[in-house]
Amino acid sequence: MEQIILFGPLLGAIIAGFGWRIIGDAGAQWVTTGLLFLSALLSWIVFFSFDGTTQYIHILDWIQSGDLDVAWSIRLDRLTAIMLIVITSVSALVHLYSMGYMAHDENFRDDESYRPRFFAYLSLFTFAMLMLVTADNLAQMFFGWEGVGLASYLLIGFYFRKPSANAAAIKAFVVNRVGDFGFALGIFALFFLTGSINFDDVFAAAPELANTQLTFLWTDWNAANLIAFLLFVGAMGKSAQLFLHTWLPDAMEGPTPVSALIHAATMVTAGVFLVCRMSPLMEFAPGALAFVTVIGGMTAFFAATVGLVQNDIKRVIAYSTCSQLGYMFVAAGVGAYSVAMFHLFTHAFFKAMLFLGAGSVIHGMHHEQDMRNYGGLRKKFPYTFWAMLIGTLAITGVGIPLTGWIGFAGFASKDAVIESAYAGTAGGFAFWALVIAALFTSFYSWRLMFLTFWGEPRGDKHTHEHAHESPNVMLIPLGVLAIGAVFAGAIWYGSFFGKTNEVVKFFGGEYGEPSAELVEAVAERSPKASELHYVMESEPGEAAIYIAPENTVLHEAHYVPTWVKLSPFIAMVIGFATAFWFYILNPSIPGRLAENQRPLYLFLLNKWYFDEIYDFVFVRPSKRLGGFLWKKGDGNVIDGTINGVAMGIVPFFTRLAGKAQSGYIFTYAFAMVIGIAVLVTWMSLSGGAN
Amino acid sequence: MENLLSITTFIPAIAAFILAVFLRGEDEMAQRNAKWVALIATGLTFLVSLFILFDFDPNNTGFQFVEEREWLLGLQYKMGVDGISVLFVMLTTFMMPITIAASWNVTHRVKEYMIAFLLLETLMLGVFMALDLVLFYLFFEAGLIPMFLIIGIWGGKERIYASFKFFLYTFLGSVLMLVAMVAMFAEAGTTDIPTLMTHAFGSEDFYVLGVQIVGGMQTLLFIAFFASFAVKMPMWPVHTWLPDAHVQAPTAGSVVLAAILLKMGGYGFLRFSLPMFPVGSEVLTPLVLWMSAIAIVYTSLVALAQEDMKKLIAYSSVAHMGYVTMGIFAANQQGIDGAIFQMLSHGFISGALFLCVGVIYDRMHTREIDAYGGLVNRMPAYALIFMLFTMANVGLPGTSGFIGEFLTLVGIFKVNTWVALVATSGVILSAAYALWLYRRVVLGDLIKESLKSIKDMTRREKAIFAPLVVMTLLLGVYPSLVTDIIGPSVEALISNYETALVDAESATKLAAATE
Repeated sequence: MEQIILFGPLLGAIIAGFGWRIIGDAGAQWVTTGLLFLSALLSWIVFFSFDGTTQYIHILDWIQSGDLDVAWSIRLDRLTAIMLIVITSVSALVHLYSMGYMAHDENFRDDESYRPRFFAYLSLFTFAMLMLVTADNLAQMFFGWEGVGLASYLLIGFYFRKPSANAAAIKAFVVNRVGDFGFALGIFALFFLTGSINFDDVFAAAPELANTQLTFLWTDWNAANLIAFLLFVGAMGKSAQLFLHTWLPDAMEGPTPVSALIHAATMVTAGVFLVCRMSPLMEFAPGALAFVTVIGGMTAFFAATVGLVQNDIKRVIAYSTCSQLGYMFVAAGVGAYSVAMFHLFTHAFFKAMLFLGAGSVIHGMHHEQDMRNYGGLRKKFPYTFWAMLIGTLAITGVGIPLTGWIGFAGFASKDAVIESAYAGTAGGFAFWALVIAALFTSFYSWRLMFLTFWGEPRGDKHTHEHAHESPNVMLIPLGVLAIGAVFAGAIWYGSFFGKTNEVVKFFGGEYGEPSAELVEAVAERSPKASELHYVMESEPGEAAIYIAPENTVLHEAHYVPTWVKLSPFIAMVIGFATAFWFYILNPSIPGRLAENQRPLYLFLLNKWYFDEIYDFVFVRPSKRLGGFLWKKGDGNVIDGTINGVAMGIVPFFTRLAGKAQSGYIFTYAFAMVIGIAVLVTWMSLSGGAN
Repeated sequence: MENLLSITTFIPAIAAFILAVFLRGEDEMAQRNAKWVALIATGLTFLVSLFILFDFDPNNTGFQFVEEREWLLGLQYKMGVDGISVLFVMLTTFMMPITIAASWNVTHRVKEYMIAFLLLETLMLGVFMALDLVLFYLFFEAGLIPMFLIIGIWGGKERIYASFKFFLYTFLGSVLMLVAMVAMFAEAGTTDIPTLMTHAFGSEDFYVLGVQIVGGMQTLLFIAFFASFAVKMPMWPVHTWLPDAHVQAPTAGSVVLAAILLKMGGYGFLRFSLPMFPVGSEVLTPLVLWMSAIAIVYTSLVALAQEDMKKLIAYSSVAHMGYVTMGIFAANQQGIDGAIFQMLSHGFISGALFLCVGVIYDRMHTREIDAYGGLVNRMPAYALIFMLFTMANVGLPGTSGFIGEFLTLVGIFKVNTWVALVATSGVILSAAYALWLYRRVVLGDLIKESLKSIKDMTRREKAIFAPLVVMTLLLGVYPSLVTDIIGPSVEALISNYETALVDAESATKLAAATE
């Protein structure tokens, strides 16, 4: 069954990609979509029938060289099971949605068959993503990791005639490679120290790595911290964390269903998955975890600030994604891996829906993406409006405060993240970054809603008159995702963010009594959380995630002060109220504010000038250096020297060889004959061989 | 069959002889006959070589199919293959029919052209099979003559300059190697390669003009061979002949050059440098590793600045050969497995990339990147194949390019993390130049008037690529096909290398103690 889930999409991609001439455009779409729905169905069956014990399915040997022995295989545990349903469900819905969205495209001529190619890429992506999450070793994970990168490259550059799309595609691939550079070094270091890159071996060796020093570059490092850090650099690239985030907004050049599937729900969360997957190692790498937390907090804040002022509807959601990924990393960084997975899970639903909703508006508005040209679209897009509204309620975290779980999906998971952040950092930077980001999130999400669906129609009149709601094939996926965006949080609250024993059990581990000293330590740290009943007892790698016994963040997060529990809600209300004031009550404020605070406005609008700085610091110098090395290094220095030497030697030999036409070849042949002659003479004189 | 290796080696030469003696005339009929004779001969060679592959016993780490005969002047003719060389033989016989098929449009002196390629195949096969120093030298050096001719006669405008440069570089290396061979014979009294591999050449330090030579004789011999192999690889900074040679060579010439000739350097390191001069190798390992790491970054940066497709791919080749030398001198299982794998994989991938250039060069007669753009609009099949090999070239997992890079990097990380860091950064740069090339040539709208009527690949062209596509993907998904064959021999090579180092060290200590 797992094999069908995994290879179904690959089969679909191959059939659609190579067989579309035979089965036709529509055939290619139905085959891929059908296989994806089959995968999704089987994934849910696997998810619900999964009993918590890790299963291994060997498919084929892969790389074998000395001690290095990795295989194509499936590792099925709770983490995999969660990712399976997220990936296949969203992918199946996006396939379905794309049938409507991609039905007509002005980027292609009428006689061009671009749809089979699109669906083949989507299915190929799904396959690569599934390979990533089912991997039982880091090499196969790297295969999936780069495979999704390839699919992302192909889909961002899907409109291959647009220079901007091509540039964005290359940027995505290359920036991701920067992350992969770290990831790869992490893999090498792991193999060097543990002699294996299979997960079970690596996890078993994790406690030892914490006590190992590794000489890397100029000095010795704690092995666990160093490896965890290097792997996280890979995660930063894939999950668009600060400093390696610049590709994600540009990736919006791809068709909107791509943004929903790859750049919101699945691929970009691969980094979070990696950190959770490596939790047995992460737990022994406190330094790396602190780094994860800080980067996550900074990204959440940074991306939210930029999201405040963007005008392109997709870019707003893109920055929102970037920011939400920061939330997930903060949760993982403080050691609340289940909470990170929780937010990943709920986010997949509501963010995919927001993107698909945006796509529906873009589709109906003839590919207009600038929100300044929207307005009053509520009536034109009644269903899309409701879907987007639910998505907004979910992402801003609307729910009943202090209940924990009664609310939209984002309410349950985001509050869980913020509470964990407070417990994990003792109310430090990451916590405040997330609360402020929550305020901004609420503001830009409502700003998007108000600019799009409320107010008077702006921009081209003709476009507005012809605006139309999308066909059912696009609305049904929205409806399904809406269900997830409403209920996913409440239903799985206990499994991801319940009592420690509940969570441990869900992830297939054993729980047991904490030691007396630990209880005492917790009680001292946070008196309200004194009743610590359970900790994880499984060894690293036995369960899908590993929570060290001393890691009580999950427990303590439930006993944070009331004001902390209320803080995201308050931030959400303030954000909403401000957006309401700015865009409904007094729409002239934003313009005036942008005038008054022009430097700040431009700073945010230009995304903190990251692109400009990178261009100046990395891109241009690389090209200049390349040109310099070519002309000066190869040209002047190396060839110059050789030509200089040549002027001395060549005439001598050409004289010897006579004035033959193509002198060099004769010279060469001559020299070789002389060489052999010398060798043979020498050997004859000294008595022959042997 | 007892003479399997000789038969394989000399089928192309016999075909060349037949062409030279019996084929007359310059008309179309004669040209077609020449092509068919060459294609059949290379195809037959490949089929015969399959017997070598199937009868080869990977677990026997010695030489197999050995043939030994007396030859002129008391020299011996000795051939044989082991796990390290057998796949290079296969690579050669596999690539040659493809090369011939890719030359179907040649019209200028077809007979001579085919003779050159057929002789070249014989000589290349000889290099990988020769088990006698003189025989090896003969094949190694003579193999360059047909290549000179191919560039010099069927090459581009600046062909004389390119073959001149090619000549100069190789000449210097050859002289040194020759001197070293004489010295080896003087010391060991034999030219038999298997015997030399077990001979411990002197490794006591001595002084030359007041300079201490660490590793003594071995270091000097190593340097002499290194001069020749490093040029062949080519390694930075003796790589500048390669871009010029590629640019001027006809497509098929580039394919052979990149796919097979470059591998002779790597093969030489494995056959001579490590086994015969272990101490010398160890002494100079840091130098070689840094040259490799610099090559990867330096040539990748230079590739970014190229305006000529073939030059770009040539520089990319140098970078990829950097992984090979790095893996070899990591001197551990993953490093050397990876290096051999990388050489084979690079044979398919770079061969295919040069064929990709050839496809559009045949149509537009320019290699200028700026002359293209938007080819995907009219050449979807070409775009797909070019994409596949671009991705293979940047080492995407699932293609053979990944396995080689991955294994060599795993190997080097154990030895030197700085070199590993610098070399790994090559994966970023390779993505940049390869995708940039692809974008400028294939993607975008088709605006240029001259390209408006360009035709997609013909069936013949697709058929040429098919075996390369299969190999690239097959080895990427199931590399054990290669590692199973080379593994035991590489293991033996490493253990001999390490034993020799230990022996040399204890011998030095003993000598010091007795003084």
